[in-house]
Amino acid sequence: MPTPAPRVRRVVFVDGVRTPFGRARKDGLYANTRADDLSVKTIRELLRRHPSLPPERVDEVAIAATTQQGDQGLTLGRTVGVLAGLPRSVPGYAIDRMCAGAMTAVTSTAAAIGVGAQDVALAGGVEHMGHHPMGFDADPNPRFLSERLVENDALNMGVTAENLHDTFPALTRERADAFGAASQAKYAAALAAGKIDPDLVPVALRDPENGWGLATADEPPRPGTTVEAIRALPTPFRPGGRVTAGTAAPLTDGAASCLLAAEDTASELGLPARMRMVSFAYAGVEPSIMGIGPVPATTKALQRAGLTIDDIGLFEINEAFAVQVLSFLDAFGIADDDPRVNQYGGAIAVGHPLASSGVRLMLQLARQFADHPEVRYGLTTMCVGLGQGGTVVWENPNHTDYESSDASEGSAL
Amino acid sequence: MSTPTAERRAERVTHAHARDIRLPGGGGTLALVTLDNGLDHTKPTTLGPLGIAELTATLTGLQARAAAGEIVAVAVTGKPYFFVAGADLTQVGSITDRPTALAFARAGHAAYELLHSMGVPTFAFVNGVALGGGLELALNCDYRTAASDVRALALPEAGLGLVPGWGGAYLVPRLVGIEKALDVVLTRPATNKPYAADEAASIGLVDVVLDPADFLEESIRWAARVVSGEIAVERRPLDPAPLWDGAVAVARQRLDAVVAGSRPAPGRALDLVAEARDASRTDAFAAEDEALADLIMSDEMRASVYAFGLVSAGKRPAGAPDRSLAQPVTRVGIVGAGLMAAQIATLFAQRLGVPVVMRDLDQERVDKGLAAVKATVDRLTSTGRMGQAAGARLLGSIHGTTDLAEFASCDLVIEAVTEILDLKKRVFAELETVIAPTAILATNTSALSVSAMAADLQHPERVVGLHFFNPVAAMPLVEVVQAEHTSLEALATGFAVAAKLRKTAVLVVDRPGFVVNRLLVLLLGVIVDAVEHGTPVEVADRALRPLGLPMPPFELFDLVGPAVGLHVLTSLREDLGDRFPRSPGLEKLVADGTRIVLPAPAKGLPKPVDPAIQAAFTEQAVGTPLDEAGVRSSVLTALTVEVGHMLAEGVVSAPQQIDLCMILGAGWGFHLGGLTPYLDRTGYSERVLGRRLLPDGVANVPTV
Repeated sequence: MPTPAPRVRRVVFVDGVRTPFGRARKDGLYANTRADDLSVKTIRELLRRHPSLPPERVDEVAIAATTQQGDQGLTLGRTVGVLAGLPRSVPGYAIDRMCAGAMTAVTSTAAAIGVGAQDVALAGGVEHMGHHPMGFDADPNPRFLSERLVENDALNMGVTAENLHDTFPALTRERADAFGAASQAKYAAALAAGKIDPDLVPVALRDPENGWGLATADEPPRPGTTVEAIRALPTPFRPGGRVTAGTAAPLTDGAASCLLAAEDTASELGLPARMRMVSFAYAGVEPSIMGIGPVPATTKALQRAGLTIDDIGLFEINEAFAVQVLSFLDAFGIADDDPRVNQYGGAIAVGHPLASSGVRLMLQLARQFADHPEVRYGLTTMCVGLGQGGTVVWENPNHTDYESSDASEGSAL
Repeated sequence: MSTPTAERRAERVTHAHARDIRLPGGGGTLALVTLDNGLDHTKPTTLGPLGIAELTATLTGLQARAAAGEIVAVAVTGKPYFFVAGADLTQVGSITDRPTALAFARAGHAAYELLHSMGVPTFAFVNGVALGGGLELALNCDYRTAASDVRALALPEAGLGLVPGWGGAYLVPRLVGIEKALDVVLTRPATNKPYAADEAASIGLVDVVLDPADFLEESIRWAARVVSGEIAVERRPLDPAPLWDGAVAVARQRLDAVVAGSRPAPGRALDLVAEARDASRTDAFAAEDEALADLIMSDEMRASVYAFGLVSAGKRPAGAPDRSLAQPVTRVGIVGAGLMAAQIATLFAQRLGVPVVMRDLDQERVDKGLAAVKATVDRLTSTGRMGQAAGARLLGSIHGTTDLAEFASCDLVIEAVTEILDLKKRVFAELETVIAPTAILATNTSALSVSAMAADLQHPERVVGLHFFNPVAAMPLVEVVQAEHTSLEALATGFAVAAKLRKTAVLVVDRPGFVVNRLLVLLLGVIVDAVEHGTPVEVADRALRPLGLPMPPFELFDLVGPAVGLHVLTSLREDLGDRFPRSPGLEKLVADGTRIVLPAPAKGLPKPVDPAIQAAFTEQAVGTPLDEAGVRSSVLTALTVEVGHMLAEGVVSAPQQIDLCMILGAGWGFHLGGLTPYLDRTGYSERVLGRRLLPDGVANVPTV
């Protein structure tokens, strides 16, 4: 008897939600809220929005966090599943690729679905940077420095952003400032147009001093930010540097999760497909200029999909720093203000709760797909600390050329 | 233990924080009020005068905002684990005059009334414990959500000498119907059984039960749908008058039989519920205020607050040695496999989670004991009160043997053999040959001297008394007996074990009958003695009705078993003298095995004495027959004398310990304060002992 071959299936992004993002501060939205609870709210909201999904059909819960201890410890995927009320039969795990944690949760579970090992997965990430400052309690191996494996400031993300400015002199502070201000403006416009709220799940806020509140909106954005207003901001990472609070993502608390399914399972269960995964790739780069990571990752993902950059009609690129987005745009010959890029603004405005941002990019791309049926392909991409990039290429089910692979089976969807 | 007067503390003020919440879908603004005393979950949120004033101020402000169109709804919720645990009993119990009591009652009503007249829909998001005035706060709102993990929704007032007088008596029967309302207001408080969220929803006390994981978020969403009209909550029509009056009449009969005028609160509560159908809201609330004012100024209520305080503080036993002295208990031995032994084995295995070995002389008795354990476990698992795996673990951890040597590795061995001193001494002597030198020996004796039992041992300091009450699983008290040589380690281990068994432990010294049996058996002895002197048994049986004891004396005799009762009475007489009277009639009844009580006329009602037992006494009867008051007086006098002796002997350190024992070990009512508050307020302690037992005002309305 021959060895059974894996059943390769396409994977669809059914839906995604996130918590409102909060500032990672002592007086921030989530100062008194647990990280795992944030994740729980997103999972429960996804299940609530899709009552046709029997919870016991979820095959995996993969939740990312960069710092996996305290309220982000204890195998998040499992704890969040139990706390969210999923049946005990549903397994889960925790995953980490720093900023690309949620993206990796998505691609890992998608891969398992793709080879027929699973049908339905919940994937997401959470980062409470107020409870877990980046790199806190980390114990880097001294060999990194003694053997000069990385430069001694490669673990300071702001410094790596300054390094990018050095490496690509065309990336000026003026371009970065303009991009940063535009991010705020695009976010404000998207918020006003009702593009942000539908993806948010409200979170109850315990406050012993003032009573319970409810988080219903992102806290980090600074609407009305102008280039003039940020032109004179200090450069905390280097005297006379170029990176400022106006061109960097603020420290943020938040969680995001999504529901993935095999295309045929989605049909069977009556679940919508808001995006279909085409390809994904991760790539490593020199840690001291980690922000360039999305460039090789995107090249690889496009190659694997048999597509070129010209096939991509919408980009959701994480804005850890404006300069890092600009390095990507320059690499692919895209204008700084290209309307295909970050239509709702980005992390500079909304914030970047490290391991959850990957799914935020996806749920925003999914919403843009619905508004742009003329676009067939889009991508989500992000840089990763210590020198990596990750990219996922997605297809728009609203496009006229889209064919459900399940159509041959006579599905209505 | 210091007196409650010294403990009386300033009000822990519950604050009423209000925050604006944006309702989903552009539904406007909901003002969310959080009631929070700023302390952690070990300090329940309660409402005293200052808290009520703050709530009133907050709600008044919101009413103005509602009128101005700024808010579309008001909701109230609590800090984690608590909605509101009720009125602050410490504050209520320190009110010294009726006008203040009436003002407090009215202030609560006035605050809650704002939730009724807010002008916009009001909601209670019951996130945790909601008792008494806390649940009434929710009931005064237009709508209620409850988290599915809330297990304590109740109106316990009638059991605490009060009535649900902040709207509960009026609102509950209208909301859930008269029959369920009588359960909520009268039956459940009597059995101290609160409602869980699901049950509360099933009778209509709350409108919807939501998952705790996102309770507040989903409550807000639900409220938004009510405000928008998407959800309409149906309210039941008022029950018809005949049904209403019929149910009240049945309840009244029951109160007459069980409460028998021993305390005013249940009757007042029933009066209010009876009127709730036809009274106007204003009149009904005014009647609630008057009832509250009367009851706050009643000794029964003050005794109840005192008793509540004792029971609450009972988790930290007075006089217990430092916890760190307790020895670890990893394996428990039980000597004997009789009924009591099997109950103790089951409880230890269940609560301590350690192996238990039960030993008796022959295999037949061992098998019988194990069968009793299995029957208990089977009952627990078949009714769903215990999981199959937990049941299997429990059965697997209890082992029976006839081999004494199996006790060798036990660090605690409890004897539960027949109450014969020489037998118990022999058991301990044998045990000492096999157990480790550090192992603790405990006895479950109810009346024998623990010191005598330990006297001839090599290590008498390892012996401690652990006196359990029957049925072991249900009775919350353990008398921890300090014998002459008991070491602090043995005593500390006794307390630690009692705590793990989730029992309240009271430290008693080794005097015959300790506390509960000494007083209960004395009571029975005096009752029987009255009969010996010509008092009709029925008169004697009814004599204590005005105390509202859990059962009449002959039913108690029947429960403990006439032979056991006689045995203990005899044994106490030998040790303590003729205060514990001899009764040939009782001896005859026991010898003949005569039935002494008739079946109860209905479930839950007292079992009356069988008049036929009079025959056992008539031959010897000499002296003057007493009426009910006379019998009662002789019983109370005897009890007062005995309490005086017990305090003088140092059986316990203070009257409070006697009261705690009587409440938890004998089931005596909160309205009596256990025993000593009743003896004080009826003047017995002054007349018999020449002094009060508790300072004035501690468990009564201060007389000056």
